[in-house]
Amino acid sequence: MRVALFVTCVNDTLFPGTGRATVRLLERLGCTVEFPLEQTCCGQMHFNTGYRDDARPLARRFTAVFDGYDAVVVPSGSCAAMVREWYPSLGVEPPAGVYELSEFLVDVLKVTDVGAYFPHTVTYHPTCHSLRSLKVGSRPFDLLSQVRGLTLVPLGGADECCGFGGTFSLKNSAVSAAMCADKVRGVLDTGAEVLCAADNSCLMHIGGSLARQRTGVRVVHLAEILASTEEDPA
Amino acid sequence: MSSRDRILARVRSALADVPRTERPEDVEVPRDYDRTRSGPDVVELLVDRLVDYKAVVHEATDVAAAVADALRGRAARRVAAPVGIPAEWFGDAEAIRDDPALSAADLDALDGVVTGCAVAIAETGTIVLDGGDDQGRRALTLIPDYHLCVVRRDQIVRTVPEALERLDPSRPQTWISGPSATSDIELNRVEGVHGPRTLEVLIVRAVS
Amino acid sequence: MSGTFVGMPAFPEASSRAVDDAQLRYNLRKATHTIRARRAAVVGEQPDWAELRAAGAAIKDRTLRHLDVYLERLESAVTAAGGHVHWAEDAAEANRIIVDLVKATGETEVVKVKSMATQEIELNSALAAAGIRAYETDLAELIVQLGDDLPSHILVPAIHRNRAEIREIFTGRMAAWGRPAPENLEDDPRALAEAARLHLRERFLSAKVGISGANFAVAETGTLVVLESEGNGRMCLTLPETLISVVGIEKIVPTWRDLEVFMQLLPRSSTGERMNPYTSTWTGATEGQDFHLVLVDNGRTSVLADRVGRQALRCIRCSACLNVCPVYERAGGHAYGSVYPGPIGAILTPQLHGIAGPLEESLPYASTLCGACYEVCPVAIDIPEVLLDLRAKVVTKGHRGERLAMGAARRVLDNPKWLAMAQRSAGRLRRWAPRRLPGPLSAWSDTREVPVPPRESFRDWWVRRPNQEGDR
Repeated sequence: MRVALFVTCVNDTLFPGTGRATVRLLERLGCTVEFPLEQTCCGQMHFNTGYRDDARPLARRFTAVFDGYDAVVVPSGSCAAMVREWYPSLGVEPPAGVYELSEFLVDVLKVTDVGAYFPHTVTYHPTCHSLRSLKVGSRPFDLLSQVRGLTLVPLGGADECCGFGGTFSLKNSAVSAAMCADKVRGVLDTGAEVLCAADNSCLMHIGGSLARQRTGVRVVHLAEILASTEEDPA
Repeated sequence: MSSRDRILARVRSALADVPRTERPEDVEVPRDYDRTRSGPDVVELLVDRLVDYKAVVHEATDVAAAVADALRGRAARRVAAPVGIPAEWFGDAEAIRDDPALSAADLDALDGVVTGCAVAIAETGTIVLDGGDDQGRRALTLIPDYHLCVVRRDQIVRTVPEALERLDPSRPQTWISGPSATSDIELNRVEGVHGPRTLEVLIVRAVS
Repeated sequence: MSGTFVGMPAFPEASSRAVDDAQLRYNLRKATHTIRARRAAVVGEQPDWAELRAAGAAIKDRTLRHLDVYLERLESAVTAAGGHVHWAEDAAEANRIIVDLVKATGETEVVKVKSMATQEIELNSALAAAGIRAYETDLAELIVQLGDDLPSHILVPAIHRNRAEIREIFTGRMAAWGRPAPENLEDDPRALAEAARLHLRERFLSAKVGISGANFAVAETGTLVVLESEGNGRMCLTLPETLISVVGIEKIVPTWRDLEVFMQLLPRSSTGERMNPYTSTWTGATEGQDFHLVLVDNGRTSVLADRVGRQALRCIRCSACLNVCPVYERAGGHAYGSVYPGPIGAILTPQLHGIAGPLEESLPYASTLCGACYEVCPVAIDIPEVLLDLRAKVVTKGHRGERLAMGAARRVLDNPKWLAMAQRSAGRLRRWAPRRLPGPLSAWSDTREVPVPPRESFRDWWVRRPNQEGDR
């Protein structure tokens, strides 16, 4: 199986650790991972802000770069949703086999126990596009519940948006910050040490606020927890 | 050109993408929803739903006695009576007939109203009136503060689709699901606003 | 409604004021969470909800794709049943027709059932200008009218008020409109509802003209349908000698049987009840009443012409999308600057008005695209899809600075070498990464830490990784 990693521009530029963890995890599970260097960005920011003419070349690039792989793994729910759900409205046919990380693990590799070790109390934010566009459902929870040492605590109001929404956080910053404040309260109420999600954009938003308030709660991408082992902890 | 013609012309030009040969029936409507369902006995279900709405519910076999009892229990002495409701149901109370038509003020001075119904929907706890002889015109069940409604077992259906099948749209209908209520204050339901504040339902299993 | 929405500021400004109003935030949170839970419970117990939703969407699509046929069918059915049908191209014409109809009765007072259409055309102001006083009879509308306020929710226009505020409004304002509030009125909802009952009782019993909207108009039979809770609707529809119903042209359903779908979808989505307390249906002139139907376009045909946006006309005004929307919950209804707040307003207002000014330009951006609205919509309006389509229209109108920035970002992102160079520069300058960002980006750093760029991007790590070659 030819597996390609679409790391996403946000992870590539700001959160390379998530990309490295995804590679480590997939290789541990026996995949040969390729990283086509011509990849850049799925075009979501441009598309969601209304700049379809700017989004279209990025969508075409993605499709050209990832055409022909058996699976394209994306450690971001919203980028995977962009490709699968919205490319057709740009007149671009998305390549087959684009999977958000938890979908790939559970549906394609058919594993839930990935041999991870992460001895911390974790709460999980499902993120809107994973939840409602991709409908990944229980997959992340199935994966996290098999991680040795990990205590999963439920997040109140989990299915509510954190208020990021890309340029929404700038255009409607007051409402965005209010939504984030409620999300942060929800996280703090769990008493968890770590907030996990499968999308670093949301984690950057919530984490930025957790850090500003010096709460001590860490944000960690799902890939990094699943890649974590006793020998090589996240 | 009238406004009517201009609006219709604008509608037609807005729908330029709809093929000229397409007829309304060509737009498929999937009707895979349930027309009926299995489940608990419809009488029990109806009672459960009505009670949930804070309606008062009894089951009865002797209608006349049950109506008279209920009216006595409410101390209802002067009660509006559609032509199709027999005088003997009223016991000690006085049946006030709507003939000649009672004014709104007349109705406001009455202690209640007794009616039958056209259909009752168990799943939603709904009683439908359609102005039949045993129900009268709509104001009769609106202005008096107490509505006693007699529902026969054979008038109860389980689902909304089953009810629609039995109803005639040319008749004015009032669908009643519990006493009047509002959720306008902090979205909490409170019973008792402009319509009858007390809805009492008598369910008659066998026709007496 | 005495206020109007004219000249409302754009959404970000109006919503940021709402966010700072702690009382408003508390009221909205409490109310929306209450109704969210109620809706979820009664939708959850309906085993064929998905099928009903699909049928509801399809029935509305059938209607909209053949709206001309159904409008003519409705007109002839209503006329055959003794009603009079009037057509209004816009708000001004609708108001003119209604004012003339009321004047013809010789009356100077009308009672009104809550109606979005009459709010939209600002009928009460038009009536007032003609010397006719309109009395709102729905409890929430009454609160708005007495408080000289604006509606902020489709179902519960006074959702932004709590019981204590309502008590204040009743005590202070009822006397100016009729029977004063009872002495020592308490803020218990039961007591407040009772005060409304007493205040309006005489008005109902003596009213000669009623004005309503309609939830549905059945083309096949000419039957109009109004769903309500309090009985004020029945009062206004039944007791007056003249009834005028003001109905948007998209409110049609083809057949009587189609109501079997909507009478299940609407109450559960709207008030979160298995069925609302009262529904009235009537066909033409009923029980000796003089009946007028005013069909209103007022921008709907423009919405119909938009192939993506057309689906907004499926809306049955349940307000489930408002109740579940995290933006509405914080921003409140007034920030949306029209009688249609929340997600549905964010797509309806710019379409009905056209993208005419700062408010209409800002509304498509009043969403994080979280998709909660689409999920609960009983007629499956893909609100995120329409929002995105509207955003694509907004950016064609000016916005030069943002367009330049977006174009520059695209040029970097569409070139892996430039992207890698940009990443390396950011990595080198990471020690100087600011805690506070300049210009529009400061909106981020006001409340959140700014992520510090890593020393090495993922792609640089991959390339230097032993035994690995980036292919292609």
